Amino acid sequence: MDLSILLILLQDGIVNGAVYALVALCLVLVFAVTRIILIPQGEFVSFAALTYAVLDTGVAPASLYLLCGLGAAAFLRSCWTRRGSELLWLALETLILPAIVTLITIWLAPLHLGVAVQAILAIAITAPLAPYLYRLAYQPLAEASVLVLLIASVGAHLALGGIGLLVFGPEGSRGPAFTSAIFHLGDQTISGQSLWIVALTAASLTGLYLFFEFTLLGAALRATAVNRLGARLVGIRTSQSGLIAFTLAGLLGALSGVLIAPLTTIYYDGGFLIGLKGFVAAIIGALASTPIAVVAALGVGVVESFSSFWASAFKEVIVFTLIIPVLLWRSLRHQTTEDEE
Amino acid sequence: MSLLEIDNLSIGYSGIEAVRSVSLRVEAGEIATVIGPNGAGKTTLLGAIMGILPSTGSIRLNGESLTGTDIEHRVERGMSLVAESRELFTTMTVAENLRLGGFRLRAQGQAALQRGMDENYALFPRLAERRTQLAGTLSGGERQMLAMARALMARPRLLMLDEPSLGLAPLIVRDIFRTVAALRASGVAILLVEQNARAALAISDHAVVLEMGRITLAGKSADLAANPRIVEMYLGAGR
Repeated sequence: MDLSILLILLQDGIVNGAVYALVALCLVLVFAVTRIILIPQGEFVSFAALTYAVLDTGVAPASLYLLCGLGAAAFLRSCWTRRGSELLWLALETLILPAIVTLITIWLAPLHLGVAVQAILAIAITAPLAPYLYRLAYQPLAEASVLVLLIASVGAHLALGGIGLLVFGPEGSRGPAFTSAIFHLGDQTISGQSLWIVALTAASLTGLYLFFEFTLLGAALRATAVNRLGARLVGIRTSQSGLIAFTLAGLLGALSGVLIAPLTTIYYDGGFLIGLKGFVAAIIGALASTPIAVVAALGVGVVESFSSFWASAFKEVIVFTLIIPVLLWRSLRHQTTEDEE
Repeated sequence: MSLLEIDNLSIGYSGIEAVRSVSLRVEAGEIATVIGPNGAGKTTLLGAIMGILPSTGSIRLNGESLTGTDIEHRVERGMSLVAESRELFTTMTVAENLRLGGFRLRAQGQAALQRGMDENYALFPRLAERRTQLAGTLSGGERQMLAMARALMARPRLLMLDEPSLGLAPLIVRDIFRTVAALRASGVAILLVEQNARAALAISDHAVVLEMGRITLAGKSADLAANPRIVEMYLGAGR
């Protein structure tokens, strides 16, 4: 192995790791605010990637049915407790928004307006699924234990997996690259797509940081994560915080799907593995620290690319084995902190 | 019409009635106090008034029934509770805790929020010195001050304080009670739950005695402070 191969593998690892970082960030965010381990995060990734790929063929994707259906279901689930303007807002979010997105997609899809429009449409179609899922599956259980919420997550993941097969079919597809530009740096080549991925990930991380540090709503989300009763006592609705966390998770999940679509062939259930790798990174950050999770995600990406070079058959095994020493270390450390208390 | 009207409030959990048909009134701009021994149901009572615990009976704020509403709704309507456990955002700074205390008034803009923060820093100068410090690193007395300031940030009509003196040094307790007494001038009504009956009766207008989940005595604080039974049980003849 020489330096150039090393650099190629490193570049590959960082690009994949950037996508895992987005996933890991969502898992940490959603867990901190709602105590939900969001297994279906991977579905948002694969659904967005597949929607993006279908849009490239000039056809309105079948995921529009999913968007409208899940929106309507979320409406029915929540509408009977709402009155007046609350009901109006709910209808706007769960009925009118999907209708508008559907109409715009049907109008724009055959026009071949380029990857940027397709990417935005794919995100607009996929991202709202997350808050609808929250209303449908999690909000009624908001005060339940972590284990019950985890079971609900497994259920939601399995249900979405089946729906994904129905909507997208068993064939995989690959989306178009944002750009075909290639840059040369010495004897290294860097694809424009890699730069897009790293840049958009960095922009999302910066945006999230600014949101959490400098807005009252961001502070309210952090407060919900720190002390749920304390948050309620100052008037922050924890269900509202959960909805915002899920909306962010949907947006970032859809973005990671669109980013990863040109790199690899995605199947309807392919998001699960991506989600798991994000989960490994999130666990390394103890589902609490976002900076550690982001760095760990980059590490997971690099380990994955090196192991696919040396022992490609064991690629996934090596990545998931990473979690064992981390868990061991965590459990040992946890015991000592308990002793101190 | 009183600001807070509670009638026949009963609170039970796991089959035991912790509070039985309690009725009490808090008038606008006055300090009312609930005294009683440990385990009498004082904290449970405040929890039910705030909507943390389910209860039967009627709770009305300014004539509006709050039966069946959640905590957030009661905060919106102008209630604030400083819980016995303080419930601070420990990994956030003092300033952030205060900012979030003003969450109810978020529509009023940055200037109103800043005005509220300045007022509370004036009321608790110690907090102003510690504004960039994490709430979890504060001393017990400072935490109590922060919890009170955070509750006041919402500009409540009714402020409920659960054992504000618990676990604090006597000098700090004196400070806290002095601040509570001073708050009356700002127009906020206060419902104070205390084991420190002497201090509570000294600053309050009305008082009730809660024993075994029932109200056994009620009246003007000055009268209760002179009542021989209260003196013997809660004030201690020699102290």
